[in-house]
Amino acid sequence: MANTILRKRSLIPGTTSELVVDAPHIAAKARPGNFVILRVCPDGERIPLTIADADPTAGTITIVYLVLGKTTAHLETLGEGDGILDLCGPLGRATDIHKLPGEVICVGGGTGIAAMHHIAKGHHKAGNYVVGVIGARSRELLLFYDELKAICPEVLVSTNDGSFGRQGLVTELLQERLKNSPLVSEVVGVGPVPMMEAVAKVTKPFGVKTTVSLNSIMVDGIGMCGACRVSVGGKTKFACVDGPEFDGQLVDYRELSQRLGAFKPQEQRSYEEFKKSHVCKCTHS
Amino acid sequence: MSANAPTPKGKKTGPRTPMPEQAPAARVKNFSEVALGYTPDLAKAEAVRCLSCKKPPCRKGCPVEIDIPGFIARIVANDLDGAYKVIRETNSLPAVCGRVCPQEVQCEGQCILGKKHEPVAIGRLERFVADAHLSASACETLTGGDECKLVREDLKVACIGSGPSSLTVAGYLAAQGIKVTVFEALHELGGVLVYGIPEFRLPKAIVRQEIDAMRAQGVEFKTNWVGGMTITVPELLEQGYKAVFIGVGAGLPKFLGVPGENLIGMFSANEFLTRVNLGRAYKFPEADTPVIAGKNVVVFGGGNVAMDAARTAMRLGADAVTLAYRRGEPEMPARKEELHHAKEEGLILKCLHGPIEFTGDDKGYLTGVRLQKMTLGEPDASGRCRPVVCEGDTCEVPCDMAVVAVGTGANPLIPQTTPGLSVNKWGYIEADPETGETNMPGVFAGGDIVTGAATVISAMGAGRKAAKEIARRLLG
Repeated sequence: MANTILRKRSLIPGTTSELVVDAPHIAAKARPGNFVILRVCPDGERIPLTIADADPTAGTITIVYLVLGKTTAHLETLGEGDGILDLCGPLGRATDIHKLPGEVICVGGGTGIAAMHHIAKGHHKAGNYVVGVIGARSRELLLFYDELKAICPEVLVSTNDGSFGRQGLVTELLQERLKNSPLVSEVVGVGPVPMMEAVAKVTKPFGVKTTVSLNSIMVDGIGMCGACRVSVGGKTKFACVDGPEFDGQLVDYRELSQRLGAFKPQEQRSYEEFKKSHVCKCTHS
Repeated sequence: MSANAPTPKGKKTGPRTPMPEQAPAARVKNFSEVALGYTPDLAKAEAVRCLSCKKPPCRKGCPVEIDIPGFIARIVANDLDGAYKVIRETNSLPAVCGRVCPQEVQCEGQCILGKKHEPVAIGRLERFVADAHLSASACETLTGGDECKLVREDLKVACIGSGPSSLTVAGYLAAQGIKVTVFEALHELGGVLVYGIPEFRLPKAIVRQEIDAMRAQGVEFKTNWVGGMTITVPELLEQGYKAVFIGVGAGLPKFLGVPGENLIGMFSANEFLTRVNLGRAYKFPEADTPVIAGKNVVVFGGGNVAMDAARTAMRLGADAVTLAYRRGEPEMPARKEELHHAKEEGLILKCLHGPIEFTGDDKGYLTGVRLQKMTLGEPDASGRCRPVVCEGDTCEVPCDMAVVAVGTGANPLIPQTTPGLSVNKWGYIEADPETGETNMPGVFAGGDIVTGAATVISAMGAGRKAAKEIARRLLG
């Protein structure tokens, strides 16, 4: 079967999982920053997910998702050996990666840490000194710490409750690092919109290049529909073909947040109905 | 109306045979096809109106040069197999073209009868013949045998995109025994025929059947392969494809360039139609893709896509759908039939109005649009009168949804990943108008990615030219 799930790992039980999927033609081309669009069932919705890792030799890609709605909940019901109905990619522009004189700080929050991992890995491979800065509400919700440890000489952690690393926010760690580091060439931020906005706010006084990876709503993912449009520096850009990475100082975050909520009522309804039908199935069996 | 006896001469000059349709009040509540098609009797009654001209001007009006009098004569002779074969000799998608071609400016626009009377309803007859024959037996009908011509695997050709131009290339080459692989980026085949044109105008089952007929001819289809991303043109050539046809269509919807365009409730026609057609959002939540079902909808544009968007919004339950167009009704590029159908269904026309600004609430939801009254000035480069602003004459239209259908630009994915490929200043691929070949030998292109947004049939015409040239080179 095409797009077979070879390995599944639960990262946060019930909410976040990692899938290693057999997709040789995507793996061969996947670069840091790229994403895929997938569909789980006939009449299912197309959703974009960032490629968290790729292994061209094994012909696999790694995706990490947070169960947030019907499609991700349905995806969560699949296991090793199951196939993903439609998987298309790699999409989006790859991250601009080359050897930089100073360090690269990669900031990740929530599921965004997994997406950031591929970018951090790319910078590491290019010979850059990569500092990982990651945060979560508490220790058990922190993703990809070990994976980042393997490629970053330093991984700075913050948790809201102080159960791991520093108590506080990733932006506090970022600010300290910017103050104390002799040369920072670039800051990359991937995570929830408020986090990326906060990252850009922190880096602004330092004048350091700041790249954020946007997770707008998409339909086709190939530049046809404009659902993913974002205002960047006052101009409308398509996250799917012009991005998904943009200059963090130029993104209109308020508009991005609002547009991400465009279909909230429908998404909730779809998810509720799925949960009902799913529970129903379980109690009958 | 009797269709049996040979028709007396006078009858040819009578009115064309109407095609049954769903009543407007019923159809505006469903997504089923509006036009229901001829019965055999109705088809024959219409077919006998054809004058069987020796030098048929209708054929000249057809971008794929269908032998129109030839297939109509076979309808009269009760030979539907023969009629289908005649059409398929030059047209790979007859059931589609019978439905969506602008016949009034093509074949029917040239019909001699039309000079003094009503032209023969060629499109309706084409649709009738194709529908009668849409099945897996297309292969048999086309070749007269159970099997299609042996496919020569050594002569393989790749098509990028599975819209009308690529399907025409695939159908033509497969009929010559050439192995064709079609790479489609989306999860469903058909390009604009499935994501763009609504179900009520072109049922997706029809597109599937046309594609199945090609599959039976040996064409291979791969979905979820994005040309330029999953596979590039240079890679296809390296893999031994003797020719590559780029038929990826238009992309990148144009917006209006006025404030408020990113408010929630603002859609490009591509997004709105893709959600509803490809995503089946009309049956949400049974299908997962959501769409906003606006109550007060304003559509911008005057082409077929604008009509499709407006009529789709009506079917999703809008109370009022207004079409705002900068020019006048006579200048609208939409097919007359589409405009007629849309008006029957309750479309409110606001011609000579263009948008100035969209307004929204503090949560980012669209609440209205301010329109500028226009008047017609001197003709512009396109030959149409230029809309000129009537200073100070504006009005507000409240709306919770707006759809922008003012055209598309060129999709950059193929040019970006095909070093050396020539594109013009708008990003469209440059191709020889006679052969469809680009500046790269063996690489052909046709349809909207060459011409900018145009019609299904003109894309098919371009596909046919390229296919002829590819076949000539490969088969000698």
